[in-house]
Parts: sequence; structure tokens; C-alpha cells
Amino acid sequence: MPYAQITPALTQLTKLIKLAHEATMTQQPPPPAPPVLELRGITKRFPGVLANDNVDLELHKGEILALLGENGAGKSTLMNVIYGLYRPDEGEVMVNGEAVDFGDPGEAIERGIGMVHQHFMLVPTLTVAENIMLGREITRGPFLDQATARQRILDLSEQYGLRVNPDAYVRDISVGAQQRAEIVKALFRGADILILDEPTAVLTPQEADDLFKVIRNLVAQGKSIIFISHKLREVLALSDRVDVLRHGRIVGDIATKDATREILASMMVGRDVNLVVEKGPADPQEVVLQVDGLRVKDDRGLMAVDDLSLTVRAGEILGVAGVQGNGQTELVEAIVGLRHVEGGTVRIAERDVTNAKPRTITELGVAHIPEDRQHDGMVGSYSIADNLVLNSYYLKPFATGMVMNDEVINEQATQLVEKFDVRTPSIRTAAGDLSGGNQQKVIVAREFSRDVKLIVAAQPTRGIDVGSIEFIHTQLVHLRDEGAGVLLVSAELDEILALADRIAVVFHGHVIETLSRDEATRDKLGLLMAGVSETQSNEGVG
Amino acid sequence: MAQATLVAEQRRALPSNLIWGIVAVVAVIATFYFYGTRPAVTTAILASALRQATPLVLGALSGLYCERSGVINIGIEGMMLVGAFVAFLTNVYTANLFLATVVGVASGVLTGLLHAFLSVTIKMDQIISGTIINILALELTGFFYQAGLTTQGKLTPVAIPLLSDIPLIGPVLFNNPPITYLSIILVIVTHILLFRTVWGLRTRAVGEHPRAADTVGIDVIRTRYINVMLGGALAGLAGAYLTLEAVGSFERAMTNGRGFVALAVMIFGKWTPLGAWGAALLFGLANALQTQAQFSNFDAIPHQFVGMLPYILTIVVLAGFVGRAHPPAAIGQPYDKE
Ligand SMILES: Nc1ncnc2c1ncn2[C@@H]1O[C@H](COP(=O)(O)OP(=O)(O)OP(=O)(O)O)[C@@H](O)[C@H]1O
Ligand SMILES: [Mg+2]
Repeated sequence: MPYAQITPALTQLTKLIKLAHEATMTQQPPPPAPPVLELRGITKRFPGVLANDNVDLELHKGEILALLGENGAGKSTLMNVIYGLYRPDEGEVMVNGEAVDFGDPGEAIERGIGMVHQHFMLVPTLTVAENIMLGREITRGPFLDQATARQRILDLSEQYGLRVNPDAYVRDISVGAQQRAEIVKALFRGADILILDEPTAVLTPQEADDLFKVIRNLVAQGKSIIFISHKLREVLALSDRVDVLRHGRIVGDIATKDATREILASMMVGRDVNLVVEKGPADPQEVVLQVDGLRVKDDRGLMAVDDLSLTVRAGEILGVAGVQGNGQTELVEAIVGLRHVEGGTVRIAERDVTNAKPRTITELGVAHIPEDRQHDGMVGSYSIADNLVLNSYYLKPFATGMVMNDEVINEQATQLVEKFDVRTPSIRTAAGDLSGGNQQKVIVAREFSRDVKLIVAAQPTRGIDVGSIEFIHTQLVHLRDEGAGVLLVSAELDEILALADRIAVVFHGHVIETLSRDEATRDKLGLLMAGVSETQSNEGVG
Repeated sequence: MAQATLVAEQRRALPSNLIWGIVAVVAVIATFYFYGTRPAVTTAILASALRQATPLVLGALSGLYCERSGVINIGIEGMMLVGAFVAFLTNVYTANLFLATVVGVASGVLTGLLHAFLSVTIKMDQIISGTIINILALELTGFFYQAGLTTQGKLTPVAIPLLSDIPLIGPVLFNNPPITYLSIILVIVTHILLFRTVWGLRTRAVGEHPRAADTVGIDVIRTRYINVMLGGALAGLAGAYLTLEAVGSFERAMTNGRGFVALAVMIFGKWTPLGAWGAALLFGLANALQTQAQFSNFDAIPHQFVGMLPYILTIVVLAGFVGRAHPPAAIGQPYDKE
């Protein structure tokens, strides 16, 4: 076509485009899409507790909203209301601008809401695939169609970068893998709004990083996320906006780009929080824990702790750093008598306690904060008061002969609840009804209130808010200064660096190096945790 | 820790598979040996073993339906007794064996409903609820029973053409009365239901972790009601077996502890239908041997001791070969939504 003919046509076209453009500009802008989720005046009461108090909240499409708040502030309760597990006493839930009233989670799932609970909701005796399809089973005729379910799970797993093995039994897989299974479970149900209640509390830093990739991926594919965490660093790194809950009320709503750790911490707690632990130099005394050549098997029968030796002295904190799954769990369980020792010795205060009964070890003055609080740390159906004497109920002054002394038990409970700031309506409340972080505080209160020589603390601040972490850390240092030895196992490098006087790095079940606090840097620890020790790297191994 | 023991248990269970294999081979060889020497007695013992096992396996399935959904059922005995009595009365007044069986089963469903109401809705302690059913059943059937009533007819063996002509296997397996056949079918059906269907998956989830089931929209209460009522139906059928097929009449307290033995059989079978069947057969065999020994002037050992044989055998096998069984985790706990 000749050029002369094209030019007028082109000018014509440009004009038209201009016109159209102006028309849209002058037109009313289209009404903004309603938030995918909106709460209006939600109130939820439990006997003696106002868990949510007139809460308003909005979640927009493609947004990551972080929900912050102290232990017991009502975060999980609010999420359970959205998910249809609890019915609100007052207020309204709107999904895509439409009021809904969920009678049970099935209806919430129907409207595209998915939730990964603070304490996972997986059936240990079923496989990953069975758990994922539970309630939304795929069938062929009258029978379960495991093959198709499996394929759909693998497809989802691929699409969002979530590694899961559909055939594994849930009881056999790591918490990280359980978490991924939970997320796939929500996606399998077609969730568009995903609630993650403290998803990183039980993850290693690496696993948490992987999770963040997954979350960003989900948002890129149009999902909206509510994310609960006590780790301010994560909140700042991941979210678009932060809502803060205190005593059941929303006390702050801030764009993440305007927030800092300090601002968030003080919004949560209502005062300035000291994010750095103050502690003087250690004054190590006699040996309280001596582990020599320890060998312990894990649940699968593999040697998880292999020829491990370490020493803890009175008046010092020995931090055990390492990527989770390098024998830390088994080491702790072996020391406190919960797991069979295959070889080597454990000596506590000069006494050989290899394969001794847990009670013998407790009576020697050993405090244990277990990694799995609900499983090994408490009896959920017992009251807080009873849980606080779980390892001393038979001793004076809590018992006289066979009879338990309720008055003394209650009095001590009242004191500890006060001192450790356990948020509860009463000391007779069942421990299982407390919020996750408050359950942890009950255990810490019990273990720290006895006369102890050795404290074995595994993830002591898991799921605990910044204010209470400050308190527990101060207490640990205080107990150290009073002459207790502390073995601190933590997946949080920050926690180890903040508290430990010496740091033992474990890799594949043994200590590859022990550093003094001064020698330890994040980078050095990171390398050691990956199994690269100086001596080894000199030999070209690793 | 619980997981640690669980896994250890499983590993120890492996060689026990080998032991079971050896036991099976020895049993087959022994059977052929005895059949070669004394065919009539051997056939009689095996046939009797199968029939003795019938009420036990039905009772065990009754417990299994309940417990897999998280509800303990120690009321099997009472449910059986009610089923036996109602089936008996229906037969006395209608002379219809089929109708009597159906009504016996239905009465079991009703006792199941009572158990579900007490333990699931009112959240009464499940052991107490089961005990109430046992006591109620014993007293009520005793109160309403009039001596002198007799059944009209009895469920009699039906030989399956051709198959029943096979020597040994034929008379033992293919010449049985209807409820005995039915019990074998129910074992297989329950196995398939439990492990291959939606109902089974949900039942197992509810029995292990009801809250997890709730969070995916499964109605825990409804699942438990259905299962406990199904359990009642099976116990009712076991009762009907006693009056209509085994004895042909009703006597006071005629279940005679079979409900409790059935409970043991269920545990022995590790809460699986096939396991329960094996356990019931073993117990039935011990019983049949014991009866035979008493008939055959075998007086080297006082008969009281011979009578203990089934129980001793059960204890030995339970303690010796079967590793610790793991009941559904949520068993005995009523479900609270909030
Ligand atoms: N099922 C329940 N019965 C009675 N009280 C409850 C129940 N669940 C929660 N509560 C109470 O409601 C309050 C809020 O608890 P919630 O679990 O929502 O806190 P949270 O913000 O999630 O805390 P955490 O950070 O520790 O997980 C707490 O005081 C808790 O004791
Ligand atoms: Mg919570």
C-alpha cells in the first residue's frame, strides 16, 4: 500500500484513540473492587474472656496482610471465626462484598477460604494424600480414587513449588513437610484466601525462606494472604500491610513500608520493648552436664546422635546451633530420659544418668522445656494450676502423703500466672484452651520456678510474642547468674547469638565445633551449620 | 515419644509376620494330618470353630465401627442381648425367621442410638454409657422374658451346590446357616468400606483427630452417630445369631460374656476387620477343641482346666505374638466444638 494512503488513515486512528482515551478519563472511575474479605464489628467471647472486641478488618486481592499481637490477643480466635470454626457473637464477615454466615468450616471452604492452623490439623495415621483429600475425596464409583488424587496433588505441588510426598504417612514427615501438606490441602480445596496462623513458628530459617517464596508465588497467582507471626523481621520482609491486635481490639493498621521493628513492637505491647538482651559475662563453675560419645537413634531407627560430646558448666549458657534435624531433638530427649541411649554416657551433677528414668533426672534438678509443647510439655485437659505442678505434685508442700494440697497448688499457680504474665481468665482454665503462646508460658513458668541446676531448653520462645521473649530471655540470664547451667537448643540463630556464652554447632549428630561467643559470627555459624568446619575444609572435605 | 514407641513396635512386628507364616503352615499341615487319621472329628471341630467364631466376629465388628469413629463400646454384650431377645420374641409371635432377624438388627440400631445419645450428645463417659446399656439389657430382657416360649423353627445350614462336596473344605466352609455366611461377607465388606471408601476415610479421621476432620467440614457428631448405630446393628445381628441360629431359644443372660470376648477379639485384631476375624477363629477353634476334649472322655486333665483353654490361648497369643495395638487416638473423648 502506498505511503500516502496510510498516513491519513493513521492520523484518523490516532484521533480515535485520543477520543476514546479522553472519554474514559472523564468517565467516573470504575468502583473499586470490594475487599476479598472484610470483617465488621466482630466480637467473640469465651467464658470469662473477651477474645475479639468489635474487630474491623479488610483484606484486598493479591495482598499479604500481617496480623500481629501479643499471646492471647485473639489472633487465632479471629481467624477461626473467618474459617467458620467459631461463630461470632456479634458482627459480620463479608467475602467479596457479600455477607456470609458460616455454620462450619465446610461452608468457608466453599467460599474459597483456606487456613493452616497454628497447631496442624493433620491425621498422623493417614497418608499425606489422604489428609489432603479428606472431606473433598475424589472417587471412582464407590471407591476412593487414590491415583487421581495423587496426580492432582503432584500438579499443585509443581504449580506452587511445594514439595510433598503424597504417599508418606504424616506421622513420619518433618514439620516443614507437614506445613507444605497443609498448604496443598488448602489449595486442593480451591482456596483464594489463605490464612496462615504462625506458619514459621516451627520452621527452620531455610524452611521459612522457602515458605516465603511459596507465599509470593501464591500472591502472584492471585491469592490473598493473612499471615500471623511473632517474628517482626519476617513481617517486615513479607507483608504489604500490618494490623495489630491488642486485648482483642485492632489498635493499629500500618503500611509495612512505614513500619520498623521498634514501631511494631511498641504497637503490640503498648510500651517500648528492649529487643536486645542485657547480660554480663558468664562465670562458669563446676560441670553440671557432661555428655560423652552419645549415640541415640531417631524414630526411624537411624543413628541421629552419633558420638556427640559436650559440657555445660554451672553459670553458663551453651547454645546448640544447627539446622533442624541434625540430632538436636534426640539429644535433648536422651538427656532428660525420654529416649533410649544406644551408647555413650550422660552425667548430670557428677551422676551417671544414662538411660535413667525421667523422674530421677527431674529430681536431680533438671528443668526441661520440650520442643513439642502440647505433646511433651503439658496435659491439655488439666487446669493451669495442675499443669504447673506436673513434675512436683507428689512432693511437699504440694502434697502431704497421698493427698494433694490444693490450697498451696492454687496459691503457687496464682503467683506464677501473675509473674509470667499468662493471659487467662482463671488458674482453673484447662491449659489446652489457652492461646499457643500462653501454653508455652505455663511450661516455662513451671520449669523456671523449681530449684534447678540444669535447664534444658528446646526452642523455649517458640510462638511467644516479643514482650514475653524479652521476659523469658531475662529470666534465663538471671537463672544463669544464680548458678544454673543452661543448654539452649534453638533454631533461631538470633536467639543463640543473644543468649549463649559458648556455641556448639551440631552437624549430622555430632558437634563439629564449639565456639566462644566472641568468635561466633552469623557467617561463621552458617558455614559450620552446613557442615564446613575449618579443620575439614583444610583437608578439602565439605 | 509415643511415635518412637509406635515405630519401634512396627519394626518388632516384622518378624512376627514370619511367626504368623510359620503358624499358618503348621496349622495346615496339622489339619491334613488329623484329617488323614480322624476325618469326622477334624471336620466337626473345624465347622464348630467357624460357628463359635460367628457371634464373636460380629461383636468385634460392632466394636470396630464404634471405636474407629472414636466411641468406646463396652455395651456390645448388652446390645447383643437385646438383639437376641427381640429376635426371639419376633420369631415366637410371627414364626418368620427373616423378619425376626431384621427386627433383631433394628433393635440393635436402637440400642446404638441410645449409646450415641448418651456418649456423643450428652457427653457422658463412654464406659459408663456402655455399662448402662449392659445393665439395662440384662434387667429388661430378664424382666420381660417368660419361660415356656419356644421359637418356631431355626436358621438351618444351606449347602452351596458343588462347593459343599469338596472334602473337608466343603462341610466346613460351604454348608453353614445364613448368618454365619453373612458374617464372613461382612468382614470383607467392612474391610473394603474402612480402607477404600469415603466413609471409611472420614471415619478413621474422626476417630484419630476429630478436630482435623471438623476443619475440613466433616460433621464429627453425625459420623459418630452413624457409626455407633451401625455398630448396634452388628451386635443385634450377633444376638439374632444366638437365638435363631445357634441355640434356637432364649435364656436369661444367654450372651454369657460373648460381648466382652468380642471386645477382646477386636483389640487382638488391632482394630481391623481381618485381624478380628483371625482372632475370632482362633478363639472359636480353642473353644471347639475344648468341647471336643470334654466329650471324648479325655480325663487326664480336670475339665475345669480344659474349659480354660480358650482364655489361656487368647492370653498367650495376645501377650506373645501380637505387638501392642494402638487404639484410635481420640477414643473415649467427647468432641467439643469450641
Ligand atoms: N477454646 C477456647 N476456650 C476458652 N478460651 C479460649 C479458647 N480459645 C482461646 N481462648 C482464649 O481467648 C483468648 C485469645 O486466644 P487466641 O488463641 O486467639 O490468642 P492468639 O492471639 O492466637 O495468641 P498466640 O499468639 O499465643 O497464639 C485467650 O485469652 C485464650 O485463653
Ligand atoms: Mg494463636
